[in-house]
Parts: sequence; structure tokens; C-alpha cells
Amino acid sequence: MTEVPLPYRVTRVHRETADTVTLALVPAGPAASAPFVPGQFAMVYAFGVGEIPVSVSRIGRRTLHHTVRSVGAVSAALCALRPGARVGLRGPFGTGWELGRAAGQDLLVVAGGIGLAPLRPLVLQALAARSRYGRLNLLVGARTPGDLLYARQLRSWTAQRALRHCAVTVDRSADGDGWWGHVGLVTALLKHAAFAPENTTAFLCGPEVMIRATARDLLHRGLPPRRVRVSLERNMRCATGHCGHCQLGGVLLCRDGPVIGWDRAEALCSVREL
Amino acid sequence: MSDRRTTAVLARTGLDALVQALRARGRTVVGPTVRDGAVVLAELSSAEELPFGWGTRVEAGRYRLVRRADGAAFAHTAGPQSWKTFLHPGREKLWDADRTADGQLSVTEAPRAHISYAFLGVRPCDLRAVAVQDRVLAGGRYRDRGYQERRTGALLIAAECTEPGATCFCVSMGGGPGADAGFDLALTEVVDEAGHRFLVRAGSDAGDELLAEVPHRPADPETKAVARGAVDAARERMGRAMPPVDLRTLLGDSLEADRWDDVAARCLTCGNCTMVCPTCFCTTTEEVTDLTGDHAERWQRWDSCFDLDFSHLHGGPVRASARSRYRQWLTHKLSTWYEQFGSSGCVGCGRCVTWCPVGIDITEEAAALHDELAARLRQDGQRGRGARGVRDVRYERKEPER
Repeated sequence: MTEVPLPYRVTRVHRETADTVTLALVPAGPAASAPFVPGQFAMVYAFGVGEIPVSVSRIGRRTLHHTVRSVGAVSAALCALRPGARVGLRGPFGTGWELGRAAGQDLLVVAGGIGLAPLRPLVLQALAARSRYGRLNLLVGARTPGDLLYARQLRSWTAQRALRHCAVTVDRSADGDGWWGHVGLVTALLKHAAFAPENTTAFLCGPEVMIRATARDLLHRGLPPRRVRVSLERNMRCATGHCGHCQLGGVLLCRDGPVIGWDRAEALCSVREL
Repeated sequence: MSDRRTTAVLARTGLDALVQALRARGRTVVGPTVRDGAVVLAELSSAEELPFGWGTRVEAGRYRLVRRADGAAFAHTAGPQSWKTFLHPGREKLWDADRTADGQLSVTEAPRAHISYAFLGVRPCDLRAVAVQDRVLAGGRYRDRGYQERRTGALLIAAECTEPGATCFCVSMGGGPGADAGFDLALTEVVDEAGHRFLVRAGSDAGDELLAEVPHRPADPETKAVARGAVDAARERMGRAMPPVDLRTLLGDSLEADRWDDVAARCLTCGNCTMVCPTCFCTTTEEVTDLTGDHAERWQRWDSCFDLDFSHLHGGPVRASARSRYRQWLTHKLSTWYEQFGSSGCVGCGRCVTWCPVGIDITEEAAALHDELAARLRQDGQRGRGARGVRDVRYERKEPER
């Protein structure tokens, strides 16, 4: 272990879905973390409960946003926080999306469920320097309409011309849920996207099965594996490469990931229980 | 460098002078001693606590102490502990956290006891294991501060191996019974008609200084020759060997092997192998609060990849089957460790074989994986499907690591 968490104050809690909130955090004291880049994560510490890795979902000048889905003791404690509460934060850790390397290319961003969280700062970064990139496609999938994150932002993005194509799909839609959009897997949206495979970088995050299906589809369309960037997830305890939990074959996801190229990830994602 | 390092001979009594000199310097001397039917590592107040006259008889899943007539102190093989017990302890507090009445949070790094260790009787396999953990815990971008402090402050006195056990295979892992680097002093025990004595070589300035403080005599050619001969003979007496193939490639290409089902049917997933392994470094964390609820402590403790919780992700463990957990352990140790930390994770000390309650022998598992892969490649070759295969797997003798 390398450093202790810095105290951060929760300034805002935005409920995204029934089980997911976005916390806005600012340093509670004079010390602040080093700057984050999109794709990196922090270890967020809930006092008396524990610490979990959470990707940064928006990067402000002082404010860091972290979107947390309640799936265990620590994430449940974080989701229950109110404005004014304190958390601890270590980071930034891991690799970023490296959007800069895609300058001049078409961008294809594909998100499934909570996987949109680490991709949001990437989309915002691309929109902020729009002229540096070609066409920008954003494909978003969620289980149900109620599971969609950043609903207002998605609506505004769908209406923006800066985004060549922003499509949203849900796995299931029930009568009366008000959903009138696509129903089906996010891979089905690929055919609507506008990109030149030989000059595109794709950014994928979501359930591993979705990442696998999307990456294979993209390779089939001619994207080279190294230009399919994926963000993967494993249990993490230390984030500094010492606890051994985040191993995926020879990759230590806290150190070599969470964002890695499909050229490295494909073999690792093809073996059951690796 | 080595020219000006001292080589000398210590009498049997010189060993205690060494222990006392170290203690006088404020060092905590840790070495092997007999306790509860095993040679364990513990703090020593005198060299008399060393296991003089004790040897060990080991086999897969079996460890017994045996009496030795020659009275040797370092004629035992690796016991259930290794030096990681001291350098990378099983439990360590990381930080204290306090919540004040107005809801503020303060986190302070846990104070660490400044212990300066002297390890007496470090086997060459364990010297290499310490070097492996150095790369893992203090060789990357982030350093484990506790480990680094303890390690930097530790003085290592090696004891060369002259009595390898039936589960030892360091030579086939590129090591050997001789100590060639990473020690402050290296002892080679000699017991013959000329008496019970130790050839001692300094490996650092600290070792030279220490040696200057204890009674010793210049190394005579006779003692040197006997000591060399005993170590050379030990090299030929390893009880086991890994198959002479590129283990990194073998394990990397065996992820879907049937052998994993075979070993999973025997493995209890108890994690003993990971606890006794001198290089296994994995840890987990625990959060502990006091009764007021306003003070919390964060602790780190050893963890094992055989534990179901180890790979827990929302929804359950990634590695649910025994097959996948055994595969993770062995593949990490022999193959993916190179990618992560630049070397093998195995030094061939044999502890995992000895202390496995069902006697699983990793040299036998590696040999079986080799047989299975070789058979598969032959089959693929005969069917003309050699596209992936013979070229990728290099069945050649592995060069020893230096």
C-alpha cells in the first residue's frame, strides 16, 4: 500500500437509477489528488465499511464525479451518502482511454449498463475538442429504460449534431414504461453507426459478454484489434499492483488496465473463469 | 569486488558470537529452531537454539524431523514458514481513520515498528524468493512501504544447502544449492574429522564489518574444498525436477488442458500451498471499527487465490471451480509471473509439495501438462493442423535465470 486516502466531501448526490447514484466529490482539505484522465479510476473509501475501485465518470476542475451501482457492502454505503458526507479517495490509478491517439479518426463509443460511466468523460473530452476527430458515434445499451444512466445528458447528446450518431437501446421494454426506442442488444446498433473501419478507434465498456460480442463484430468489420480499446473489471484491493486480486492472465488490471487493447484482451476474455 | 570480500572459517562457537554481535547492534535475530515437531523460524537469543542435530525427512504431503548424528545446524530442508512471515507479515495495519463529531474524516498512515532484522540461515532458494518478492512489492511504480523498510533494514546470512530434500527442485528452476548473490554473509556448514565449522563468505560491506567483530580464522584450502564439494554434491541430489521445458510457454498454452480436471479432483482448495510458498504475496483488506463507530482501522492480511472470495465480483466469484483456481495458482507461479514481474514466481523450494495435505506435486502436474500438450501437438501435426503449435511451444532446456 502506498498512500492513505485523502478526505473528500460529497457536494452532490444524483440518483441515476434505482440502484445507481453519481457522487460529486471535492477535496475536504488542502490536499487534492493528482489530475485524472478519462478511463482511470479511484479507490473510494466508505468510512468503517471499506474501499472499492470506481472509474471517474466526469472530471471537473476540482470536482470528481463517480457513478456507483449498489452491488455490495461498500457500494451500498456509498450510494446511501448524503451531500456533506465525507469519503476517502486514493488515485488516480490505471490506464486511460488515450483519446489523443485517435486524433483524426472516427470514434466509436459503445457502452453497456454502468459501462457508460467511465466512457462519459471520454465523450465529453471528444466533444470539447470536436474538430480533432472524425465522426463521433455513441451507442448505449441498458437492461431496461429505467437502467439508463445520465438520461438528460443522453437526450441532449442525441439531439447534438456534434455527435454523428447517438443511439440508445434496451434489452427489455415493458408496457407502460414509456420507451419508444430500440429494443435489443447494443451490437444491433452497430449497423446504424457511421465510421470507416480502417480509420476508427472504438472504446468499449460494459459486461464482458457485451464487450466480447462487440469487439468480435468490430474485428469482423475490419477494425484492427489494437484500435478496439476495452475497459475490464476484476476484484481490486490495493490498486498498486501488490494484492494480486485483479489478475487477468498476465495482466494486472490496476496497473496494465483497466483500459487495454483488444489485441491483448481477446485471448484473456476467451477463457472461461480466467 | 569479490576479491576484497573476506572468506573465513568460523568455529561452531563462532555462530553464537555472530548472534550476540547482531543482538548487540540492536538487531532482531531470526533463524530456524525446533518447535512443535518442525523446524520453524523464530527470534533467537542464542545460536544454541538452532536445530543442531536435527534433520528433516520430507515427501509429498509429509514432513518429519529426524535426529542426525553429526550435530549439524543447517542440515534440514525448508520448513512450513519462509522469510515472508517477517518481511511481508500475515497481518499489517494500513491506516487509522477517525470521524469527528462534525462529520470530518481524517486518515493517518499506521505507525510501523522499526525492526531491524538479521535473518540467520537463509537457504539459497529463499534468497531467490526474497529477490522475487523484492521485484513484486518494491520493484514497481508503487512501493509497499512497510515491506521496503523491513527489507532495506534486514541483514541476510545465508546457509548454503548441503542436504536437499526429496521435494526440492531448485536446480531445475535455474537455481541451485549455492548462494551466489543477495546475502551479507554466506555460511557453508562443514562437519568432518577436522571438526564442526563454517566456511563464511562476506557478500556486502555490512557482512565484512560483522565478520570483523566475531572470532574467525582465515579460510584454509581444505575447508574451502570440502564446503564446495558438499554444495556441488547437493546439486546432484535434488529429490525432484521440473520437466526440462519452457514452463512459461507450457503453462500459457495449457489453459484448456484436461489435466486441470484431474488435479481439481484431488485439490482441496485449502490454500496451504499459497501460505507456505515463499513468493506468494497476495493480500486482502479488512475494515475494523471500534464500539464507538467513530474509529476505524484498515488491515491488510494474506489472502489466497484458492479462496472463493478472492475473485469475487458483483454477482459471484470469477473463478468458481477448483479447476480454475488451481490453474490460476500454477499458471501465475510458472508463467504469467514473467509478464507481471519479469521472472518466474517459483524458486523450487518444494514447500508446496511437502505441505499439500493431499500430496499434490507441482513437478508432477507440470510433467503431466507437458505430456498432454506434447500429445495434442503431435496429433495436430498429424492432422495437418500445426498452424498454432510446434513452432509456438519451445521444448528445449530452459536457461537458468541469473
